[in-house]
Amino acid sequence: MKTHDAKGIPHTTPRQSATFTNDINSDIRRAAATGIYDIRGGGAKRKVPSFDDLLFMGASISRYPLEGYREKCDTSVTIGTRFAKNPIELDIPITIAGMSFGALSGPAKEALGRGADAAGTSTTTGDGGMTPEERGHSSKLVYQYLPSRYGMNPDDLRKADAIEVVVGQGAKPGGGGMLLGQKISDRVAEMRNLPKGIDQRSACRHPDWTGPDDLEIKILELREITGWKVPIYIKVAGARPYYDTTLAVKAGADAIVLDGMQGGTAATQDVFIEHVGQPTLAIIRPAVKALQDLGMHRKVQLILSGGIRSGADVAKAMALGADAVAIGTAALIALGDNDPKWEAEYNALGSTTGAYDDWHEGQDPAGITTQDPELMKRFDPIEGGRRLRNYLKVMTLEAQTIARACGKNHLHNLEPEDLVALTMEAAAMAKVPLAGTDWYPGKPGSGY
Amino acid sequence: MQNVDLQEIGLRDLNAMLHEQSSDTNQTAWEIDNPKGAHAIACGLDAPIEVTVKGSTGYYCAGMNKQATVNIKGSAGPGVAENMMSGKVVIEGDASQYAGATGHGGLLVIKGNASSRCGISMKGINIVVHGNIGHMSAFMAQSGNLVVCGDAGDALGDSCYEARLFVRGEVKSLGADCEKKEMRPEHIEILTELLAEAGCDANPEEFTRYGSARNLYNFDVDNAAAY
Ligand SMILES: Cc1cc2nc3c(=O)[nH]c(=O)nc-3n(C[C@H](O)[C@H](O)[C@H](O)COP(=O)(O)O)c2cc1C
Repeated sequence: MKTHDAKGIPHTTPRQSATFTNDINSDIRRAAATGIYDIRGGGAKRKVPSFDDLLFMGASISRYPLEGYREKCDTSVTIGTRFAKNPIELDIPITIAGMSFGALSGPAKEALGRGADAAGTSTTTGDGGMTPEERGHSSKLVYQYLPSRYGMNPDDLRKADAIEVVVGQGAKPGGGGMLLGQKISDRVAEMRNLPKGIDQRSACRHPDWTGPDDLEIKILELREITGWKVPIYIKVAGARPYYDTTLAVKAGADAIVLDGMQGGTAATQDVFIEHVGQPTLAIIRPAVKALQDLGMHRKVQLILSGGIRSGADVAKAMALGADAVAIGTAALIALGDNDPKWEAEYNALGSTTGAYDDWHEGQDPAGITTQDPELMKRFDPIEGGRRLRNYLKVMTLEAQTIARACGKNHLHNLEPEDLVALTMEAAAMAKVPLAGTDWYPGKPGSGY
Repeated sequence: MQNVDLQEIGLRDLNAMLHEQSSDTNQTAWEIDNPKGAHAIACGLDAPIEVTVKGSTGYYCAGMNKQATVNIKGSAGPGVAENMMSGKVVIEGDASQYAGATGHGGLLVIKGNASSRCGISMKGINIVVHGNIGHMSAFMAQSGNLVVCGDAGDALGDSCYEARLFVRGEVKSLGADCEKKEMRPEHIEILTELLAEAGCDANPEEFTRYGSARNLYNFDVDNAAAY
């Protein structure tokens, strides 16, 4: 590159814009070429305040730890104790989030069931209904009741161990779904009562209720149909967690699933994923506060999701008041999604390991987010299930390690007092002190 | 004939009794007195029984019905026969919003008028309305037949898929991607049968058929305004 012009006057260094970055410019070029917004899978990729900005303090002279390998640290959790005759008993507080059949292949659903079952936890259906693969391998199956009602039928409803009324998803609070034509195979089309090969739009609102008063009646209907046996969860996106939690409790929920903006999706507009909703870290305290204000904390269980990756995340979510967590993306990675062994194929699709998010296109080299029979063959549900089980066990051990270090004999005994924050933002959101202080924004400090 | 007073036994016991009926039950006829607009009456039925509700009902009466026949001698609140799979639901009076929403099968007959969003997201159910229907009816309707002997409100069949919509009277406006279609002999045949089953003597020849123009089936930037 030339540094001076012909007269010897120096050029200024070419300067990239912080506003028009190469990333942004590529978005503009893509939009100009296609005329359609970018649809992709996965969750928000931007950096937001997160559990990484929190640390546990561990034990000290005033708090003593539990012996790592000898003293018990319980991980069990019961969900649905408020109204259901048969609450769900989980050995670990890490559940598998709802992921649609259609987005995922039948064998991938089977693997989720196998892995979760072996680890003593539940899986969740998704848009598109219940598949025999999942019901057959998951002994605790939560049946999602979604706005689209694709594949919804009372027989499957009665087979479910719990029902999750989906109001919103963290990746797209207020948005519906879109499964592009390529993924509408014969089987998916049949389950959804749609012609093959067309784009399938999922509604963003339920067709037969609007607002919290209706929701209460809808829940009554679901309970009547299932004889008040199974718990009813309400899943909401991290939009207005204090009010949404309050209204969900008032509508009669047994449990609340709260999904932050990092939460994955099978297919949503990128602009939606990145710009609508609140980070997972920001939504948990308002939701817990709502439960506490109603005297319902620990009575109506709170399941938090959106970017949960490790036992540390689990422990932090629980310390802030969650009863359990749910994982989507992490479970897919455990199954083999975005594995470096497919790098050449990701490159051929214009992507790279770790960044591959065109889950809606049905060409997943790992054979997980596809309906293509050839690609599906690459994925072994038994091996996938084993990997998921291992990963769930590791997360649980990690969370237990932290809890014992904090002197807790149950993960539920972790508390905000065990935490400090690394940044002002995280301190404000989690309402735990900034490290080295006894203060968080919004709280008057004693100032030592 | 099993006769029960809803106010005496309460909703839970009523529905539990109805759910206990199996396919070979001999308690095939039920009469429910004093419904008084209660919600979720006779929802989730799954046996070939006939239930007559002697009055008006609240939300979701006969919701998710399978096999059973449910007669409502008054009017029905929102979401009557929602997600019905099979069987028959007949309403003597009017129906509120979302009648037959997401229904997969069976026949819903409304002898009066139906409010907005009748047949929303219907997935195979047949609905016959003797009177008029409100706005946004058959929104995203996937399959099945909606027959309206009176008029239809605004935005009929918006974003519908393969459902067939038959209207005898005026349609205030059609929704996005919904268009008038040709009535072929097979449509007259379907209509004749449905009208007969619904106890309606309207002349099938007087109906107009509407359905999806199928322009929104695969995204095209030139149709972006319709999304
Ligand atoms: C492939 C995929 C499909 C999904 N399908 C659904 C769905 O059908 N219904 C739903 O409520 N959420 C769906 N979600 C969202 C998950 O239930 C969950 O909220 C989210 O994945 C949690 O965040 P995480 O991915 O960071 O763990 C899906 C997520 C993924 C990754």
